[in-house]
Amino acid sequence: MTPEMKGFILLSVLKMLLVFTVIMVGVALLTLMERKVSAWMQNRMGPNRVGWGGLLQPAADGVKNILKEETYPALASPWLFVLAPAMSFIPALLLSAVIPFAAPLPVDFDFTLGPLGRFAYHGPMPMVVADVPIGFLFVLAISSMGVYGIALAGWSSNSKYALLGGLRASAQMVSYEVAMGLSLIPVLLMSGNVSFAAIVRDQQAGLWYVLPLFLSFFIFLISGFAETNRLPFDLPEAESELIAGYHTEYSAMKFSFFFIAEYANVVTVCAMVTTLFFGGWDIPGRWDESGGLMQTLVTGAAFFLKLMFWIFFVMWIRWTLPRFRYDQLMALGWKVLMPLALAYIMVICTAIYGIEHWAGLVDPKARALALFGVNVVVGVLVFGLLDSGTFIKGSNRRQDTSKALSRATVTG
Amino acid sequence: MAIGVKVMRRPDKQVSYVRATLKGMALTFKHMFEPKVTMQYPEQKSTTDWSISQRWRGTHRMLTDEQGRSKCVACGLCPQICPANCIKLVPGEDEQGNRYPLIYEIDEFRCVFCGYCQEVCPEEAIHVGVHFENAEYTRGRFVYDLERLQSQTHAVSTLWDPTDPRGE
Repeated sequence: MTPEMKGFILLSVLKMLLVFTVIMVGVALLTLMERKVSAWMQNRMGPNRVGWGGLLQPAADGVKNILKEETYPALASPWLFVLAPAMSFIPALLLSAVIPFAAPLPVDFDFTLGPLGRFAYHGPMPMVVADVPIGFLFVLAISSMGVYGIALAGWSSNSKYALLGGLRASAQMVSYEVAMGLSLIPVLLMSGNVSFAAIVRDQQAGLWYVLPLFLSFFIFLISGFAETNRLPFDLPEAESELIAGYHTEYSAMKFSFFFIAEYANVVTVCAMVTTLFFGGWDIPGRWDESGGLMQTLVTGAAFFLKLMFWIFFVMWIRWTLPRFRYDQLMALGWKVLMPLALAYIMVICTAIYGIEHWAGLVDPKARALALFGVNVVVGVLVFGLLDSGTFIKGSNRRQDTSKALSRATVTG
Repeated sequence: MAIGVKVMRRPDKQVSYVRATLKGMALTFKHMFEPKVTMQYPEQKSTTDWSISQRWRGTHRMLTDEQGRSKCVACGLCPQICPANCIKLVPGEDEQGNRYPLIYEIDEFRCVFCGYCQEVCPEEAIHVGVHFENAEYTRGRFVYDLERLQSQTHAVSTLWDPTDPRGE
């Protein structure tokens, strides 16, 4: 093994440890943040008994969940019942490996470590555990694997509520994956590459994609909510109808695994939104591109701030909006978001072709600004249409149709 | 319709979900910075706008006379009226012919805190009190004997007076 290879492995292991620790601790703290945010939004205080301002509450919850009794339903399928939490937990954690979280760090070392031999690394180190060339395709592929865990949990519990929850989860996640995948095609058209590093580089050169690809961002965000199974799309859990949905029969740490998976998915979706549409670790201006330790730290902080904002946004939405009805959920996914994403791909294709070939703008910034102009027009049209309330019908509209139907039967 | 119920009119026209969502989010965000209504219970038991009612019927108290003896004359009215059958009374009589309770026990677990015992007592001896923190480690500790009832120090509750229904 060459010293360079060993140096690469050493750095990768360090990055893995860093990311894994941050994600696990972060997920634990997110449960506290969720409770605090929900409390503040309801004029309450939230947990404040354990630790300083409730900071140790996640640790207390963890200890409690580990010490609790593990129950196994009598007629559950024992292997799958145990396997399911792991199957939803692992893909959720796996995703954090491919998100770049700071500017590349210039590393230069060459040392010998006893019997292990020589370690060497020269040049910039990408601040991502695995800089995979397939980029967000990897995320789409692995995130869809999460549904296996949920569907299996629902099925193996041998409980009607859990089964319904699992069915709903698979239907919902499959439906919204379509819109999610399609909403990322404009990103691909803009950057010409699926790798996260390339996408961030293109956003540094031009504008953050949220401006030139606003609708993509909008569709991605909504599908992201649906993918994480959180309110307003938490039909797989739906306390009022299904008790707790797919994890009805789970207790103790196995239940916690579903929770960790949910929050890890939230982190991933927020990291995706940050990286794909908000420039990743980019700070506006030229300063962060010169490289160096300081730049890596500051861009890391910038990424973290953006990530925290989106996580807060997810919680904000959760504690604001009520749950969708099931037909509304399906209508939104298939009748609104998917056609919208398809139409948007056509618009962006045409616009990019037009800007590059007819208007002759090849500079990334000019191109992004021109696309932003296109987006303002498209955005006004789309939101005007959405705002008219013709796609997702409220209960009063349903009454209208039933009245019209009864009138038709009376007269007919 | 009951007083204080706000009836929302359903919109006749189509509903705007985009604007409604934004409005709702603005509302929840605004609430994050409003003063909290939580009362930090074990440390703080009353606030300026909330305190426990003087009519609260909680843990019993047996009042005593100047010599520190219980006012109870063991007439037997309270076990008679008690709907939960939680009062155990064994009457005794001294040489002067004064009746007093040999055993007077109230099972706070059985008690439904109706306050009839206080209402019926001719000597104003047994009272329900303005007190609710009576957790114990064993069930047996919930049977309060005479000595324990006498040693309670909390305020006794003010029962509902039909001539003064609002307690003014």
